[in-house]
Amino acid sequence: MSTQAQPVRNFEEEILSTHDISLSFGGVKAIQNVSFNIKRGEIRAIIGPNGAGKTSMLNVINGFYHPQEGMIRFKGKERRRMRPSIAASQGIARTFQNVALFKGMSTLDNIMTGRLPRLEKGLFSEVINIFLQAAYIGPAQRSELEQRKYVEEIIDFLEIQHIRRTPVGRLPYGLQKRVELGRALAMEPELLLLDEPMAGMNLEEKEDMSRFIIDVNDQYGTTIALIEHDISVVMDLSDRIIVLDYGRKIADGTPDEVQKNQAVMDAYLGIPHE
Amino acid sequence: MFLLEVTISGLMAGVMYALVALGFVLIFKASGVFNFAQGVMALFAGLTLVGLMEKFGLPPWAAIMGTVAVMILLAWLIEFLVLRRLVNQEHIILFMATIGLAYVLEGLGDILWGSDVKLLDIGLPQGAVDWLLDSYNLYVEKLEVAAAITAVIMVIVLAVFFQKTRIGRALRAVADDHQAALSVGISLRTIWVIVWSVSGIVALVAGIMWGSKSGVQFSLSLIALKALPVLMLGGFTSIPGAIIGGLIIGMGEKLAEVYLGPLVGGAIENWFAYMLALAFLLFRPQGLFGEKIIERI
Amino acid sequence: MFYREAGQFKTTYKSDQALFPIAQDRIFIIGVVLFAFLVIPFFITDYWANALLLPFLIYALAAIGLNILTGYCGQLSLGTGGFLAVGAYASYKLMTSFPDLNIILVFLLSGFITALVGILFGIPSLRIKGFYLAVATLASQFFIVWLFNKVPWFFNYSATGQITVPPREIFGFLVTGPEASPAITYLFTLTLVALFALLAKNMARGNVGRSWMAIRDMDIAAEIIGIRPLKTKLIAFAVSSFYIGIAGALLFAVWLGSAEPTEAFGIDQSFLILFMIIIGGLGSILGSFMGAAFMVLMPIFLKNFMVDGLGVQPALSEHVQIMLMGALIIFFLIVEPHGLARLWQIAKEKLRIWPFPY
Repeated sequence: MSTQAQPVRNFEEEILSTHDISLSFGGVKAIQNVSFNIKRGEIRAIIGPNGAGKTSMLNVINGFYHPQEGMIRFKGKERRRMRPSIAASQGIARTFQNVALFKGMSTLDNIMTGRLPRLEKGLFSEVINIFLQAAYIGPAQRSELEQRKYVEEIIDFLEIQHIRRTPVGRLPYGLQKRVELGRALAMEPELLLLDEPMAGMNLEEKEDMSRFIIDVNDQYGTTIALIEHDISVVMDLSDRIIVLDYGRKIADGTPDEVQKNQAVMDAYLGIPHE
Repeated sequence: MFLLEVTISGLMAGVMYALVALGFVLIFKASGVFNFAQGVMALFAGLTLVGLMEKFGLPPWAAIMGTVAVMILLAWLIEFLVLRRLVNQEHIILFMATIGLAYVLEGLGDILWGSDVKLLDIGLPQGAVDWLLDSYNLYVEKLEVAAAITAVIMVIVLAVFFQKTRIGRALRAVADDHQAALSVGISLRTIWVIVWSVSGIVALVAGIMWGSKSGVQFSLSLIALKALPVLMLGGFTSIPGAIIGGLIIGMGEKLAEVYLGPLVGGAIENWFAYMLALAFLLFRPQGLFGEKIIERI
Repeated sequence: MFYREAGQFKTTYKSDQALFPIAQDRIFIIGVVLFAFLVIPFFITDYWANALLLPFLIYALAAIGLNILTGYCGQLSLGTGGFLAVGAYASYKLMTSFPDLNIILVFLLSGFITALVGILFGIPSLRIKGFYLAVATLASQFFIVWLFNKVPWFFNYSATGQITVPPREIFGFLVTGPEASPAITYLFTLTLVALFALLAKNMARGNVGRSWMAIRDMDIAAEIIGIRPLKTKLIAFAVSSFYIGIAGALLFAVWLGSAEPTEAFGIDQSFLILFMIIIGGLGSILGSFMGAAFMVLMPIFLKNFMVDGLGVQPALSEHVQIMLMGALIIFFLIVEPHGLARLWQIAKEKLRIWPFPY
């Protein structure tokens, strides 16, 4: 992949910011006083050696882990504790390091589940809805067909038409990751969190996935935060990068800036820090 | 005085439950399988013991040896026919397989030894503990005391076995992760046969105790079903938990029956243990001593 | 050769979403349904109804109910017997307290009452999972059976403790009680079961079904994409109990005519229906029917074979039957954990390329 300098894109509005987040498990400090922001529309990478706390950071953002200290501001509202289902309905979607698809369902069904949070209604209309779904008439039928249409667009976009009906448990790893991306996209997220979307892929698959990520950012304007180990991919794709090491932020800036940062090089080369 | 008697009676019943629960915990700890058939195994062991004594006229010690051999053979068969073929399946599948196993053993026991109630007498002391009765007017059965002592001995032996021996360590590895254990060269098959045999022997002891008390009959397996709430309370992976859970359930049940029962028409024992365990679980989903299940994403 | 779907292209999503998109499937199902509705009633006898068709249909309905909870939503339940009882006793109390109430309403209300009870006992499922939940459902099972045994209000203070169904009619035909004709009871049950099976299938394919399956497959991921676990599980409990309740009402009112708690609704029933969905196929409506058929037919077949054919004692035959049931469960779990429904699918796959092997 080329590493030519890309035109620097400028973004104004902040969509998410974290303030002095600290997270520990028992005695282990996973994250220590990390603050950064993500601007709407940008592609932000989070990198760092293994165990740096990257996945934990994503987990904090979407409410799966609750930090002991610190605050998150998402779309202007401040939050210490967030529940994952609330994060989802507010526009945060994510993929996982170890693909978390619903293995018993087909590709189509998996991506359709991504539409569910958008359809959340009050309890009463939910109950009525169930009856309508059972009868498969009127609004329920229309809704199902609408969802199908939306999901099919995603399927076209990700070029996975041929595996629509295949149970995802039977798909090769690379395709599973694509389906998982599809499910996240079905949620129409404003902020998309990708945890190592290219892990375990060969060159061709990585290029495809990079293309998809760029296209998502381009076409839908989705803000993307991604964790990735392949440095050349990160340098190519991202607008700005945060570097974590042992739970602390050690660099924050554009790919050019980060590349030249001594602390970052030390971290990756394993030079012990104090 | 009456309260004390009821409490002691409850504790003793609890010990009996604990004996069955112990067998569960062993298998679960070592193979991750929730052996629904544990109670039926106790019944089957009891039936075999009586059968060997009655049909073949063996003296008690020989019959016990014979039954132990049968339980080991059974463990081997279970491993060969069932466990081996379900390696790495989800736990729920294994659980349902043990439900099937329970039915198989039930039918088999009936066919081999008949389904009428059998008296089990292997020379265990019967009757009340005389000096307690005379000095304190307290009615405690010698049998129950014997059961309690046996249970304590077994717990100590098993605890040592798990913690200190090489095989014990291997068992714990297998319970954690079949594949990982395989990849370090632990022979799953041998381990499983060992565990199920030991569990079968524990079941035999439970069968002997229960059988001596109330005869060997089908209701034994229903009583064994009660070991489930014991496990819920104590946690599925804890040997001391099985004992303490058993005591709590046994005591709670008896007290409820005696004091609450008359208010609502009796027979509370049918469900009280389950409700108690359920209420408990709501506050501590992994039981008193069970391992907390941490899910990672 | 016959089963090729080549040339059957769908041009709209609507037609792709149809229940039986392949024409041969459609024809087959329509054939079966027509046969069931139009042919059988003319040949049905008391024996056929009571020994085969009614239990098959009723257990299939209960199996669908349990499948919704355990097969689709992954919540293992051993309390099916108890919920059957709730449906039965609800229908009894409704029929005896409101003699003019239309029988269809009686059944629907019994279903709703059971659904409410189901929701109540489903609440622990948020905290308690897996085997622990299974054991917790035993609490509901034993408690409910005890309740209906002990509290005389439920059996209208009768001396025997048994409940007996009062005769009821629909469209002028007797449908409950010993005088009801087998054709009527059969058609009534068939209509209800077929209708509810269709509704279940639609639910399973829709949003609610997908949310159930998401919880079953990975509830943590489901929560993270925004599915609310408690709500989804409670809905599963409610719908499942609704189905089981109606099955219980049918079991009591239309099939057996009278019932007594421990015998008709004890834990053996819970296991029986669980076996049905395991053998038939978890998470499959068709599987529920197949499992029910299997478990209803097997004892009859076995008894005929052993007692009449081999001259074996009935008691022994029963024990063998118990053994065989257990052995079959194990066999299915080893060979095809997805049950008869999957075997059927595989057979259809092979049929597509028949007579060629590949």
